[in-house]
Amino acid sequence: MALFDNLKKGLSRSREAISEIFYMGGEVDEEFWENLEDTLVMGDMGAEVAMQVTDDLREQAARENLRTAPQLRNALAKRLAEVFPRAKRDPFSSLPSCVLFVGINGAGKTTTVGKLAAAYHDLGVRCLIGGADTFRAAAIEQLQVWGERAGVDVVTRERGGDPASVCYDVLDQAEARGSELVLIDTAGRLHMSPELMRELAKVVKVSRKRATIPVTVVLVIDATTGQNGLNQAREFNEALDIDGLIVTKLDGTAKGGIAVGIAHELNLPIYRIGVGEGRDDLQTFDALEFCRALVGETEGMI
Amino acid sequence: MAVFASLSDRLQDTFDKLRGKGRLTEDDINSAMREIRMALLEADVNYRVVRTFVKACKEKCMTAEVLDSLTPAQNVVRIVLDQLTQLLGTTEARLALAQNRTPNVIMLVGLQGSGKTTAAAKLAYMLKKQKHSPLLAACDTHRPAAADQLATLGGEIGVPVYRGDGKDAVKVASESIREAVDHLNDIVIVDTAGRLQIDEEMMTEAVAIKDAVRPDQILMVVDAMTGQDIVNVVSEFANRVDFDGVIMSKLDGDARGGGALSVREVTGKPIMFASMGEKPDSLEVFSPDRMAKRILGMGDVVGIIEQAEKLADEQSIADAERMLRQGFTMDDMLAQMQQIRKMGGLNKIIGMLPGGDRALSQSGANVDEAQITRIEAMIRSMTPEERLQPKKINGQRRKRIAAGSGRSVQEVNQLLKQWSEMNKMMGKMRQMANGFQTGGKNNRKARRQLNQMMRNMGGGNMGGMGGGNMGGFPF
Repeated sequence: MALFDNLKKGLSRSREAISEIFYMGGEVDEEFWENLEDTLVMGDMGAEVAMQVTDDLREQAARENLRTAPQLRNALAKRLAEVFPRAKRDPFSSLPSCVLFVGINGAGKTTTVGKLAAAYHDLGVRCLIGGADTFRAAAIEQLQVWGERAGVDVVTRERGGDPASVCYDVLDQAEARGSELVLIDTAGRLHMSPELMRELAKVVKVSRKRATIPVTVVLVIDATTGQNGLNQAREFNEALDIDGLIVTKLDGTAKGGIAVGIAHELNLPIYRIGVGEGRDDLQTFDALEFCRALVGETEGMI
Repeated sequence: MAVFASLSDRLQDTFDKLRGKGRLTEDDINSAMREIRMALLEADVNYRVVRTFVKACKEKCMTAEVLDSLTPAQNVVRIVLDQLTQLLGTTEARLALAQNRTPNVIMLVGLQGSGKTTAAAKLAYMLKKQKHSPLLAACDTHRPAAADQLATLGGEIGVPVYRGDGKDAVKVASESIREAVDHLNDIVIVDTAGRLQIDEEMMTEAVAIKDAVRPDQILMVVDAMTGQDIVNVVSEFANRVDFDGVIMSKLDGDARGGGALSVREVTGKPIMFASMGEKPDSLEVFSPDRMAKRILGMGDVVGIIEQAEKLADEQSIADAERMLRQGFTMDDMLAQMQQIRKMGGLNKIIGMLPGGDRALSQSGANVDEAQITRIEAMIRSMTPEERLQPKKINGQRRKRIAAGSGRSVQEVNQLLKQWSEMNKMMGKMRQMANGFQTGGKNNRKARRQLNQMMRNMGGGNMGGMGGGNMGGFPF
């Protein structure tokens, strides 16, 4: 239950808030519904989604004769969990595999690459890191430190180099070495900068073309992101046709509710979630557990 | 596009339903307040903050002036906007540096990935331009290569960076002060590691750095994209390290940045700077008025103009003048297309215009970026002579252009029609510009007029012509 504990730790604020509502006991009243909506909004689910979800739950409650808070909580968790599509293939465990990490500045791409490389190297997987962030100052150095720590080689070029050709080199190397898991870091960029998105599209295209192994494009999203996260996901998806998400920084007090909206609208699976600083704190995503933690299931209910 | 209609559009819709009803009732105001609530929540303003804010606004709106007014929507918007602007900017937001202390110390704190290191370099660059001699202290000893990043950025802007042993953040911070004294630097900017507000150890470290260097100003860097959780983050940082002001980062994105309001409401700290990108000169003094409009989704006209001005080099200013004098050629149209691309695409620009989203969704036209490419192709298939005098283009030439660009003759016709509309408008503008006869300022004023014109067009023409009408942007 380590995952659940960690998740819960990360989501505890929201859980407390929702628990408060649910522990009122007895039949629920108008205030309950209002509070529920607020709590969902507070979890960054977005006002419209929150309203919709609460309204749906009301109907369901009437239909299925749900009266008590725990029943409603359970129903809500299940309902939310259904929104998340299941990953058809996990790019980190169906090997060999090449994963490109994309996202806006400061989402946590480099750190995620470093952690994953370390974790899979420890499991005995032959990993290779590609440093295609040739733009940000010291991004390459940052990745190299991670590589040293993990004992994984980093293939990159000097700052200012062409990121697409870095990817080409990385995949060349990967083929020569027989690497099983290739993790490529790209430069953070705003989704509304057309030149940078085109550059990234080229990176993806070149990688897909060169690779002899499946290439997965993963969007890294910071859990503290608000409603703009949906715009980000939309734009990245449009430009790159992304395969799935990683949600980072769920160990804070942010609930990452925007993931619900993204998963729903773009039908994208969540491959991993970041719930701590350590290398093992990137965990597989379980929709029901995530949603249970989000709406405040108690330990006794698992 | 047009996911979020701007507040003024939404209120307009709400009040449209009430038209002909005479005096507004409290219920009507309530439904307007619901729209305001939604607009603020969509902008990521914290829901508790929204609640108090909306309540205050409602009281102001329940006056006879508003209720009896012929244009209640505008009145309500004005009240909300004023209230928001006031809230965002009532405190003097300037760096307060002690006069009798050298060096002054500025410390930056914030979450991981909020943009502290970038902001530190920008701040240093700004201070250097103001004839200070700043020193950057690399006290992020946790993230790998954070000090390298600062050193690289410092090298690019010509500001020294003190790295110390790169292990003990508190030690590096205190040593940096001595370093500054030795090298006659008058301001030290302390960049710290990103930390979660619930990470006890890291928060203790931040306090230890603060105690060691006794900063004149502590600035918290807040990502404009942050959602509801910002309230927890800033209140904890305010309790533990107590900051003096905020730098909003990543405002070059399209996030509404409602967090700014939450920060002000919860901590009372002013937003001092807006950070707009990766370039060192992209730190601006925070403007409450523009932020308020942005949060409400009311379009950032000033922003568009500034963005355009940033891109408009000498040549394009000269072009604009020539256009005003001589009329508008196909080459100008081509140049505009490229300008629009540079500014981030048509959808973004239209989205920034007041009423732009509404116009787009009403006309049902989705402005297609590919359209720009097609128009470019057609113009490139014209001879230089044709570009200068599009009137020359007869049926024969149209056929040739269509074949050359792989488009249909109809599309060429449409392009020519658009050109003639724009040329007509240019004529009008020329008259306007001639109204102002004051030497060098002429150009700027003319542009302001263009802008006014754009505003007027907002509801009508935009997107009306198969999505290709660029009518409003002859910068």
